[in-house]
Amino acid sequence: MTTTVSKDSKATRTRSISTAPPSMKVLAVKILFLAIVDAVAVFAMSMLFFRGDWLVLGIVAVTTLLVNIVYLSPGLLPGKYLTPGLIFLAVFQVFVVVYSLYIAFTNYGDGHNSTKEDAISAIVLQNTQRVEGSPTYLVQLVEGPGGLGLLATSPEGEVLVGTQEEPLQPLDPGAVTLDGDRAVAAEGWTSLQQQDVLQRQQEVAALQVPLSDDLADGFLRTTDARNAFVFQSVFVYDEAAGTMTDTTTDTVYADLGNGQFETEGGEVLGTGWQIVVGPENFLYPFENPRFGGALLGVAVWTFAFAILSVGLSFFLGLFLALTLNDPRMRSRKVYRVLSILPYAFPSFLSALVWLGLLNTEFGFVNEVLFGSANIPWLTDPWLAKFSVLLVNVWLGFPYMFLVCMGALQSIPEELTEAATVDGANGWQVFRGIKFPLLLVSTAPLLISSFAFNFNNFNTTYMLTRGGPRMEGVTENVGHTDLLITLVYKTAFEGGNRDYGLAAALSILIFIVVAAVSAISFRQTRALEDLH
Amino acid sequence: MKQSSLMKVAGVGALALSLAACSGGGTPAPAPSQSESAAPQGGGELVIWMDQNRADALTDVVATFEEETGTTVEVVVQDFDSIDENLTTQAPSGEGPDVIVGAHDWIGKLAQNGVIAPVELGDTAGDFQEIAVNAMTFEGSTYGVPVSIENIALVRNTDLAPEAPATWDELISTGQAAVDAGSAEFPLLVGIDPNNADPYHLYPLQASFGGPVFGINEDGSYNADDLQLGNEGNVAFAQALGQWSAEGIINPNISQDIAKEQFASGASPYTITGPWNLSAFQEAGVNYAVSEIPSAGGEPATPFVGVQGFMVSAYANNPIVASQFLTEYIAGEEAQTAIYETGQRAPALTTAFEAAQSNEDVAAFGEVGAAGVPMPNIPEMGLLWEDWGVAEGQIIAQQGGDPATVWTAMADKIQSSLDG
Repeated sequence: MTTTVSKDSKATRTRSISTAPPSMKVLAVKILFLAIVDAVAVFAMSMLFFRGDWLVLGIVAVTTLLVNIVYLSPGLLPGKYLTPGLIFLAVFQVFVVVYSLYIAFTNYGDGHNSTKEDAISAIVLQNTQRVEGSPTYLVQLVEGPGGLGLLATSPEGEVLVGTQEEPLQPLDPGAVTLDGDRAVAAEGWTSLQQQDVLQRQQEVAALQVPLSDDLADGFLRTTDARNAFVFQSVFVYDEAAGTMTDTTTDTVYADLGNGQFETEGGEVLGTGWQIVVGPENFLYPFENPRFGGALLGVAVWTFAFAILSVGLSFFLGLFLALTLNDPRMRSRKVYRVLSILPYAFPSFLSALVWLGLLNTEFGFVNEVLFGSANIPWLTDPWLAKFSVLLVNVWLGFPYMFLVCMGALQSIPEELTEAATVDGANGWQVFRGIKFPLLLVSTAPLLISSFAFNFNNFNTTYMLTRGGPRMEGVTENVGHTDLLITLVYKTAFEGGNRDYGLAAALSILIFIVVAAVSAISFRQTRALEDLH
Repeated sequence: MKQSSLMKVAGVGALALSLAACSGGGTPAPAPSQSESAAPQGGGELVIWMDQNRADALTDVVATFEEETGTTVEVVVQDFDSIDENLTTQAPSGEGPDVIVGAHDWIGKLAQNGVIAPVELGDTAGDFQEIAVNAMTFEGSTYGVPVSIENIALVRNTDLAPEAPATWDELISTGQAAVDAGSAEFPLLVGIDPNNADPYHLYPLQASFGGPVFGINEDGSYNADDLQLGNEGNVAFAQALGQWSAEGIINPNISQDIAKEQFASGASPYTITGPWNLSAFQEAGVNYAVSEIPSAGGEPATPFVGVQGFMVSAYANNPIVASQFLTEYIAGEEAQTAIYETGQRAPALTTAFEAAQSNEDVAAFGEVGAAGVPMPNIPEMGLLWEDWGVAEGQIIAQQGGDPATVWTAMADKIQSSLDG
């Protein structure tokens, strides 16, 4: 962005002060900016190098190189303008789509949250439990030739020392410095100060000092670097065999390729990991006919909802625009302001207000407008659909009103006059002249409005949360669910969040919206040709 | 720490590239923390995710901790209800916090996703209310330091119902009498979600019919393999619920907000609610008293007890400091009292709990909670809420036919998703 500015200033400068060397200052600024960018990139790359993130490092390096080439080489003028935009496009559009696509082919979700290594360490860590009734040892972290160790004072006052490799050994009391009850230093060991401990927290947290040569006796572990307890591992990971063993029951859990540890008998450990599962998520609706049927119902309703919302709000908006555009109408400004009001509130707030208005017993609509009738606006499947549409049209017509008003006012008055002179009546003028001209300018907006309503999450979710619920389907699918709320519910609500399935469903939505938009835009072009 | 390299592509890529695009318009390094220079050198940086209330309450405790340990604490304020989800998705990328505040019933799911690590309370475990420590325990490990306990109870308008009802029938008859006399509009107010009923608010009544959700293991934890939701007591509750709905005692159109509003305006002698609504009643000038919910089915009407506490991320960069912060500061009376004072929920630390007894409301809610049961924290619990609530909603709205049939179908469906 800044480069664009400097380009502009360069142009002005060369024109006004022709004597000064034209590009020296600009060049200096350019080099300065590039230097900053490169410095940042080098810093980022060095961080990535130490983390071992080679893929990202490579991408950053290539991008930086590209940026330098584009801005340093003469020529490539379009590139200078396009590069920032292309980079943003790659990061915020292409990457998002590619990443969603990748997720759709994985089992990412509850219980499959990270990598296999993470799952193994989580299982081991969670099942490392304090031996019941084991005493509290006061510990001091020390370092010896064998690495990090614990200098532990038992409740009886015995002082022991050990490391990950060497089990705890009693120390000669004479070789130990005490601070109160706690041994704080021993000969041959360097005591770690608090700040050293803080520097090496991961190491300290991972330190397990065995009580004896027999691992079954347990080990000392500290979580706060001051107190240690005797722990035992219930689950042990066998690296060679790739299996997890429950030491209390000797059950062996193996990785059978399903992204989890399981026994042959089908017993599964809760924590699994992410794997690529192929097209499974896309096939899910087909393999579960009930869910597939519900999904089809939701898809049909989504189309109906989007088309009806756009159609009804467009005609309502158009009607109002025509009415309020008529010079014979009095106080037009007041009505116009009133018509735009729903547009001024955040839509989710309006939806919540409507939720209250439509309450069966206490809502304003039933209480006042229908004389205390108990009409179940939000809990009856068809009435709920009607209510969602009603609220959405209420939310959407001001936009259509504004659009139509603008389009109407841009149609030259002469056309109407000429038609009237030719003997056309008001309806004929509207049908034959105003409406087609209006459609040319509003059709693209109608299409984008369709795409918006196709994914209109706010209205549905705030008003009914997709309910009332469909019966006979295990998944949480409701009668007013749109595809997008269904995706949201699959991904973030209920017992098992399933990001993989949600991503697959959202890709299906993307395909539908893209196809509909493509076809519609082609139709629009035909409309323009007419014109 | 393992990185999800694809996520890194997004993060670092965006950073470096946006800089490139803006030709150096921004600074890449995170803003240096202000207290770094003043603190004793060497301390790590502790990142804590908290909601606004607790962040406000703990300002002093955090400042003391920073001063005494030389650690820099970065408090990131988040919406309480989204903390678990954010932790689940962000922790594996290495971008998560060291410590979060959370609800105990998240623990099963968070542990299943491997994003929280056990915290060893050591001998201090005995300093807390027993129910609080039990709630924070999952599969034998304790996952955090509990700070506050909350539960629902019966709140009554003492002008309309001077005495606490001893039995459910007494509650109903007093309520009905008030309605008949014209001094009240509703015999009882229980807030319900229009789409989803509210299993949480109805649970005490359900429990009083001998209807738990899961069986209990020997060590007191919930047994996911033993779903009790469809048992005899629960079916009896379903029938009673249908009957209460027919009699207008439980009304499907009274949402939580309406229940609060109506009780505050004196429209009912009774409501079943938690301490979070008391301030609204005080503001409205209602004279109220808190007591236990009378049994409707013969057994004690035990509410679910929710416990909030501080947990350590399994991906914490500073596990030792995090542990020290929890066991030495959050478990201390100062922190527990501070959180209690802003939230009005009973503290988990016994000494702080006893000190808080001077507040009548806290004492009354605490007494009811002491007899309650912790909300199950096993991950399987997540499969229940939705179906359970929908079935209750149908029964209350008198849809779907016989309450017992609706209920049994729901229990069967949950059983099959548990098996599946």
